[in-house]
Amino acid sequence: MADQNCLISNDWICGEYVRTRGQELTDATLQHVGITLASVAIGLVIAFPLALLARRRQGVAGPVLGMTTILYTVPSLAMFSLLLPVFGVSQAVVVTGLVLYSLTILVRNIMAGLASVPEDAREAARGMGYGPLRLLLGVELPLALPALMAGLRITTVSTVSLTTVGAIIGYGGLGNLIYEGMHSFFKAQVLTASVLCVALAVVADLLLLGVQRVLTPWARKRRRA
Amino acid sequence: MGVIGEAWNWLATGSHWSGGDGVWHRLGQHLFLTFVCLAISCAVALPVAVLLGHIGKGGAIAVNISNAGRAVPTFAVLVLLLLSPLGSHGQWPTIIALVLFAIPPLLTNAYVGVSEADREVVEAARGMGMTGGQLIRRVELPLAFPLIMTGVRTAAVQVVATATLAALPGGGGLGRIITAGFRLTDTPQVVAGAVLVAALALLVEGVFVVLGLALDPMRRKTGRRSAAFRRPPADQAPKAPALTS
Repeated sequence: MADQNCLISNDWICGEYVRTRGQELTDATLQHVGITLASVAIGLVIAFPLALLARRRQGVAGPVLGMTTILYTVPSLAMFSLLLPVFGVSQAVVVTGLVLYSLTILVRNIMAGLASVPEDAREAARGMGYGPLRLLLGVELPLALPALMAGLRITTVSTVSLTTVGAIIGYGGLGNLIYEGMHSFFKAQVLTASVLCVALAVVADLLLLGVQRVLTPWARKRRRA
Repeated sequence: MGVIGEAWNWLATGSHWSGGDGVWHRLGQHLFLTFVCLAISCAVALPVAVLLGHIGKGGAIAVNISNAGRAVPTFAVLVLLLLSPLGSHGQWPTIIALVLFAIPPLLTNAYVGVSEADREVVEAARGMGMTGGQLIRRVELPLAFPLIMTGVRTAAVQVVATATLAALPGGGGLGRIITAGFRLTDTPQVVAGAVLVAALALLVEGVFVVLGLALDPMRRKTGRRSAAFRRPPADQAPKAPALTS
C-alpha cells in the first residue's frame, strides 16, 4: 500500500515505479547501450586509420587533430541539431554526433600509444623479419594498448553520458525517460533513469578495465614482481 | 542544401534578433550565465586545487572528481535540480549545474599543474629560503599557468555547452532558439540556433587560447621554453585538448 502511494505522492524513490515500468526501463536501457556501443565501435574503426595516417604524415596530423578538437568544442545540443537536416529524425543523428566526439580522444590516445612504443622493440621485430603489418599488429598495437584503452574508457564513459541529450529527437535511451519525466514532473522516473545512466557508465568503465587486464597480462606480472 | 539556405535566411531576418526571444537577448543571457558561473567556479576550485597541489596531497580526489564529472550526465543533473525544491528559485538550478560541471576540469588541471611543477626548480626556490606563500606565488603558479589556463578554457567551453542544455528545462540562453525550433518543427531555426551556439563555443575557446598565450608569465620571460611544462596528465587527457598542441 505504501508502495502504491509513492506514485501518487510523486516520491523520488519508488519501488512501484520500477516494478510497473520495468519494460519501459529495459527498452530505454537497451537503446542507450545500443547507441553507445555503435558510436564507440564506429569511432574506433574511424580513429584507428586516422591515427595511423596522422603518424605517417606530419602534414595530416595537424589538420586531423585541429579538426577533431573543433568538433569536440561544439556543444552536444548544437551538434545533434546541425546533423538533423542531414539524417532527419533518426538514431543516425545521435550516433554520428557521438562518433565525431569520440574521435578527439581516440585519435590522440592511439597516437600517443603508438608513439610510446620503444624504438628498440621495433628494431628487434624488424630484425626478426617482421613486415610492417605484422610489426603493427604483433608488436606496436599490444604495446600501445594501455594508452588506447585509457582513451577508450574515457570515450565510453562520456558517450554514455552524452547519449542522454539525444532525447531532444527521441533517441536518447534513458535520456528519453528523463526528458519525459521533466515535462510531467515525474520525480521517480527522472531519478531512476539518471541513476541507471551513471550505473551504466560505471559498469562500462569497469568492463573495459577488465578487458585491459586480460589483454595485457605482462603489465600484471610486472606489477606483481 | 535547402536547409542551409533557409537557416541563413533565418539568421538574416532582423526580427529574429530583437525582442525577448531574439538572438541578442538570448546571447546576453548566455554570456551572463557563462561569465557568472565561470567566475564562481574559479573562485571555488582554483584556491583548493592550488593548495592541494602545493602540499602534494589529494591527487586521487582531483582525478576522481574529474572522472565523476564525465560519468554524470549534465542533462540528468539539470532536470534533477529543476524537480528539486530549488527548481522554483528561478535561475538557481541552472547556475548550480553550470558551476558543478565547470569545477572538475578546473580542479584537475590546476592540481596537476601545481603538483607537477618542476621539482628541481621548487627545491631550488626552497633552498633560497622562500616561504610557502612565496613558493606558490613566484614559482608554482607561474610554472602551472599553462595548465591552469587549459582548465579555465575547458571549463568555459563546458559552461557554454551546459548553458545550452539548460534551455531544455526552460533556462535562458541561445539553446532556447534551438528548443523553440524543435517545438515549432522549424528545422531552419534549429540549425540557425545550432550555428550560433557552435560559433559562440568556438569563439570562447579561441579567446581563452589567446588569453592563455598572452598572459603566460613564463612565456614572456623565456619565450617558448614554457612549452616543456605543458604536459597534459598522462592517464586522463583533459576534456578538451589544447588547440595549439
